[in-house]
Formats: sequence, C-alpha cells, structure tokens
Amino acid sequence: MIGGIPGPLTYPFMVNALRAGTIVAVVAGALGWFMVLRRQTFAGHTLSLVGFPGAAGATLVGLSASLGYFTFCILAAAIFAAIPRRRSARAFSEESAVIGSVQSLMLASGFLFVSLYAGNLTGLNALLFGSFLGISNAQVLVLLAVGVPALIALAALCRPLLFESLDPEVAAAAGVRVRVVSVLFLILLGAAVAEASQITGSLLVFALLVLPPAAAQSLTPGPVAGVLLSMVVGVAVTWGGLVLAYYLPYPAGTFITSLSFGVYLVARAVRASRDRRTARRPVPAARVVEVA
Amino acid sequence: MIAVLFANAFTRNAVLAGTAVALTCGLVGYFVVLRAQVFTGDALSHVAFTGALAALALGFDARVGLFLATVATGVAMALLAPSGRADDVVIGSVFAWILGLGVLFLSIFTSGQSGSANGDAGVTVLFGSIFGLSGGDVLIAVVVGAVVCVGLLAMARPLLFATLDAQVAGAAGVPVRALGVGFLALVGLTAGEATMAVGALLLLGLLAAPAAAALRCTSRPFTGLALSGVFAVGSMWFGLWLSGAVSWMPPSFAIIATAVGLYAAASLATAGRRARGAVLPAAVFVAVGRPR
Repeated sequence: MIGGIPGPLTYPFMVNALRAGTIVAVVAGALGWFMVLRRQTFAGHTLSLVGFPGAAGATLVGLSASLGYFTFCILAAAIFAAIPRRRSARAFSEESAVIGSVQSLMLASGFLFVSLYAGNLTGLNALLFGSFLGISNAQVLVLLAVGVPALIALAALCRPLLFESLDPEVAAAAGVRVRVVSVLFLILLGAAVAEASQITGSLLVFALLVLPPAAAQSLTPGPVAGVLLSMVVGVAVTWGGLVLAYYLPYPAGTFITSLSFGVYLVARAVRASRDRRTARRPVPAARVVEVA
Repeated sequence: MIAVLFANAFTRNAVLAGTAVALTCGLVGYFVVLRAQVFTGDALSHVAFTGALAALALGFDARVGLFLATVATGVAMALLAPSGRADDVVIGSVFAWILGLGVLFLSIFTSGQSGSANGDAGVTVLFGSIFGLSGGDVLIAVVVGAVVCVGLLAMARPLLFATLDAQVAGAAGVPVRALGVGFLALVGLTAGEATMAVGALLLLGLLAAPAAAALRCTSRPFTGLALSGVFAVGSMWFGLWLSGAVSWMPPSFAIIATAVGLYAAASLATAGRRARGAVLPAAVFVAVGRPR
C-alpha cells in the first residue's frame, strides 16, 4: 500500500519540514537538557506558550510573526529571571505562582489579539498547533540563523551553567556570576523556544524540549553524552513523526509527542532495571567531578 | 452595574457560574500556591482540553470527558509520586504527550464533522465561553463548586499541616499521602469546572493569581484563604462587567487581566516587606497549632 505513494522526499514541502524539524530538534535537545537538569520545566513550558500572543500581537499590528515570537519570549524570560530562585526546599516560593500568572495573562492576551484580528479564529489552531507542512526555504534559513548562534552561545556558557545548575552556592563561591548565567540561560531558552514554536506550534514545542532530554537523563548522567543523546532522540522522533504523518491522516504533532513519550518510557524502564541490578553511584558527585 | 449583569438570562448564568468557579478556584488555588503545585494545575488544565476533545471526537458530552480526564489525572499524578507530589519533569513529560493526543482528537473531531460550529469547538474548550453557558452548565458549576469548597474546608487544617511540614505531620498521625491524593482530586474537579467558564488555557490565572495576591497580603492562613476567595470572585465580577462595558474585550481576557493586575498591585504594595517568604511558614505553623 505504501509502495504506491511517492516517497516523502519527492516533495519540497516534506524536505523543508525535515530540515526545519532537524534544526528545531537539535537546538531543543541541547537547551532542554539543561532545562530538565535545572528543573525549570514550568518556565520552559510557559516560554513555549508565550510565543503565541507574540505572534498574534505582531500579526495584529502588521509586523512579522517571527518578530513577535522572539520579542515576547525574550521579554518573558527576562521577567522569570527577575524572580528570586528558591533558596531551600522548605522556604515558601512565589516562583510558580508568578510563572503561572504570567502564562495565563499571556495566553489571555493572545486570545484577545486573535479575536481583535477581524474576529477570524481560523489562524488560531495554526498558531497553537503549528504548521509543519507549510515551511518555506526562507523559514529554514531563519531557523538556522537563530539555532546556530544559540548553540554556540550555549557551548560558551555550558561550563559555568552546569556548575551553577548543580550547586549554585559553591559556584558563586568559586567566582561564577550565577545571576548572569541563569539570566542568559533563560534568554537563550526563550529564543530557542520562539524559534521552534513557529514550526511545531506553541503547544507542542514543549514536547521536544522536555521529552528527549528527560529520556537522555534517565539513561546517562554525563553531560556530553546526555546532550548528544538528547539531540539524537529529538531528531529521530521528529523524522519518525513527520514520515508517519506523511503516510497517515493524523497530525505530525501527535506522532512526534507519542514517539518521544514512548522513548521516555523505555528509558525510564531501562534505568529502573539497571538500578535494580547495581547500586548506582550518586549522580551529582559524578557530574561535579566531570565539571571540575 | 449590578442591574446590567442580571438583565438577561445569559449574563445571569455567567454571573452565577462565574461566581461558583471563581470561589472554588480562589480557595483551591490558595493551597495550590502554598504547596507550589501550580505546574500540576497547569498540567491538569491541558488534560482538560484533551479530555473534552476526546469526548467530543467519540461522540459523548464534552463535560463527561472533561471531569473524567482531570480527576483521573490528578489522582494518578498524586499516586505515582512517592510523596504525593509529582516531580516537575514527570508532570511535563506526561502532559506533553497528552497534549499531542489532544491535537489528534481535535483533528479527528474537526475533520469528521463538517460545519463551522465544530471548527470552533477547540477554541471554546481552550478559551472558554462564559456567556454561552446553559442553565444546566450553571447547575453543574454550582454543585461541583459546592462539593469542592466543602471538601476543601473539611480537610483544610490537616492539609495545611501536611503542606508545611510533611514529615512532622506524618509523625503526628496526619495521613499525608491520602491528603495529597484527595487534594489533587479536588484540583481536578476545579479544573474541569473552570474549563467550562474561562477555558483550559486560562484557568491557571484564576488558580494562581488571586491566591498569590492573598499570600502577599497576609501570612495568616485562614485569613489568606478567605482573601484569596474574595480576590477571585472580585476579579470574576469586575472582569464580567468590564467585558460587558468594553465591547471588543473577550470576558476570559478581562477576568484574567483583572486577577493578574490585582496580584501585580499586591506585589508592588508589599515589595518593601521582602523577608516575608521566610516568615510565612513559621506564622502558618503557629496558626495551625498542635495537631490532635
């Protein structure tokens, strides 16, 4: 049955979808690994939703949607960076309340912008759920232009960031400028998410940001191996999802999230069985040794 | 202003259901923020979206899917976590996948049936339609709201104790784990109820913002709980009035913007008293008193 349909690569829209998906998956895999390590999934999820009002607002005033995505995501990252991080597990923290309020207000604004935009809601689903199959060559170039600098910046930042993520107090004592590092990371995350959400839509970028890194961290504690594994898993599930969506009449987003979730479950199962066989080394110590 | 709101059936329904929803969100939200479980509320609100669309795609009433999905997920998240509070990464992974399923049901539902009303079903679930509620919806909102509020007030004291110091509470014979499960079931009910009125994407604002504003204003737990309910109901009423007075403003936006604005005002007004984060648990602990 499949043999009767021309292969996916014969169509330019599929080639562009695969190119864009690859760039997004690699960038999200790398930044997501740090996001998961820092337990900032809520902030990451909110950043991924903030692109939606950005795009809707920019469209409303006649600017390009890309500009809106980036402006709003970086703005939100700056707000989160202003919240003091929780110092101990017992201290009451407003962090999650602030993030939740910002998220809700941003989504409400997005809804306002969309309803102001001539009351036409048909574009809403595309903004929220993405349009993987309508990507132009120019959009692929924009993705590259944001993705490559973001990865270079992350590479430059990764050592102090890793140190700060694992032990902020010791890092500060060792002369790492913890505040600057965490602000820069959130801004990088905002930019990467803004980039990705143009393709996958606001609701699904989060899947690429959290699932492959979570799977990678279940399998290996090492930062280099973990980031690489997270990128590989991200690219694999994106390709798999796109090809499945090409042959089957269901959305690519569903396949991509389901494949990633499957990989995550397998990774958790592998780790659980490994844990049973051997008493594990304490992970943070192993990581600190690698950083030092 | 009041007379205008009660002038006809659909605004009267909106005020009645809105008050019930806001009061429930305000009371439950106080504990959600205190327990730093806003991200769980976020996850439940997205599950509500998938549940409602799954029910629509399979031909059931959306409300059945809504409540079934939110309560089941809330209980499951509490049961899966050893301490009754799920890890951020686990929550994120699960609901990224559930969102992917939501996209699938949306595509099945919108492609399976023709007609413009179905195309907007996803939008209604995501952003709510408080002025489109029927008498039956109002009855459900009021009954569910009453059940949740009574349930919450019944468990408020031990829940507060378990929230502030799970270990000591456990040692004193408080069933910490059962309380965690019961609480998330209540949050699930609240999410389902609020989705009908303000939408799956916006209910987080009603959970987080009034409660966080109340926590800013007072460190006494039961005063804060009452204040949180008052703030939420006030935001609802003012938002409804505002959206009636300003023709281009959707009610969901007006309600959320009021709640978040209130929180921002409370934060600014109490910005000088920065040390309260450390003071709060102790003050609450005194108020709870000795457990029986």
